[in-house]
Amino acid sequence: MTSAVTFTKATFWRGARRSLPLVAGLAPFGFVTGLITQHHGLSLADCMLMNALVYAGAGQLVALANWTHPAPVLAAAFAAFVVNVRFALMGPVLAPWLAGLSPVKRYASLAILVDHTWAISVTDMRKGGRDVALFVGLSVPLWFGWLIASTVGFLCASKLDLPPHHPLFFGALAAFVALLVPLWRGRSDALPWVVAGGVSLLIAHLLPHTSWYIVAGALSGCLAGAAKESWVG
Amino acid sequence: MALVTLACRCGGYFVFSRFTPSAAVRRAMAHMPGCIFAAYVMPALIAGPASNWAGAAATIAAMALSRNLGVSIGAGVATVWAVSLVG
Repeated sequence: MTSAVTFTKATFWRGARRSLPLVAGLAPFGFVTGLITQHHGLSLADCMLMNALVYAGAGQLVALANWTHPAPVLAAAFAAFVVNVRFALMGPVLAPWLAGLSPVKRYASLAILVDHTWAISVTDMRKGGRDVALFVGLSVPLWFGWLIASTVGFLCASKLDLPPHHPLFFGALAAFVALLVPLWRGRSDALPWVVAGGVSLLIAHLLPHTSWYIVAGALSGCLAGAAKESWVG
Repeated sequence: MALVTLACRCGGYFVFSRFTPSAAVRRAMAHMPGCIFAAYVMPALIAGPASNWAGAAATIAAMALSRNLGVSIGAGVATVWAVSLVG
């Protein structure tokens, strides 16, 4: 960045307005997350805390898929790490903007980083945007919207008492399948994804009721992709 | 879970502000998002009923066309529901 990063109220509200379609789009995912949380026997307090503090639907669903009582702290933490480690790479990309915030605000903003707000912010930054208020304005309403959607989902689940294979639960899987679409960068992704899926299936078969298959599959896919790139050049 | 996720969000920024990953690491990590999701999805699809495949196909089509997560989830769930009513 050649010029200083700013934070303006006008851009904050612009970001907040732009977040509304994101809130609408993410609400079903939040709803399903709340539903699944209730289905796995967690309490309303657990649900609200998890969604407020973890605030990472994909990671939460992965951890919930293998949830036990008492809570599987290590397995859940590991699931959270595997799925959310991408945030570790996303944060640094926004470094030029984040530098324009005080350390407290910077890490608070990072704490609610999600894929969509990151993507919009990066795009604006690449076009020469210098106002970090866009990122903050996008992020805050989305966090509130998610918390409300997941709480509503939880409450509906306890009223509805859905059978285990109800179609609504497919919503969780649908969220992941849907997110694969924008992640597809072209035919070069085919090999790593197939390797990831294949290794994942193998490990899931060998080590049932654990989450190792995700790490194993993900790492294998990454290695396959990187290896192919260095061979092809 | 909260601490780990927080560590991921903030820690990554913190670490990368001090170290630069090698080109090889960056190449591998670039594949991480798609690979994580592929690794999560495959066992679930294989273990689930056939209606899930129809739902997945509908979800992908809806996402490719609308680029809207809510619409795509809705399309997938509706398809699974429809198949379960018919089949």
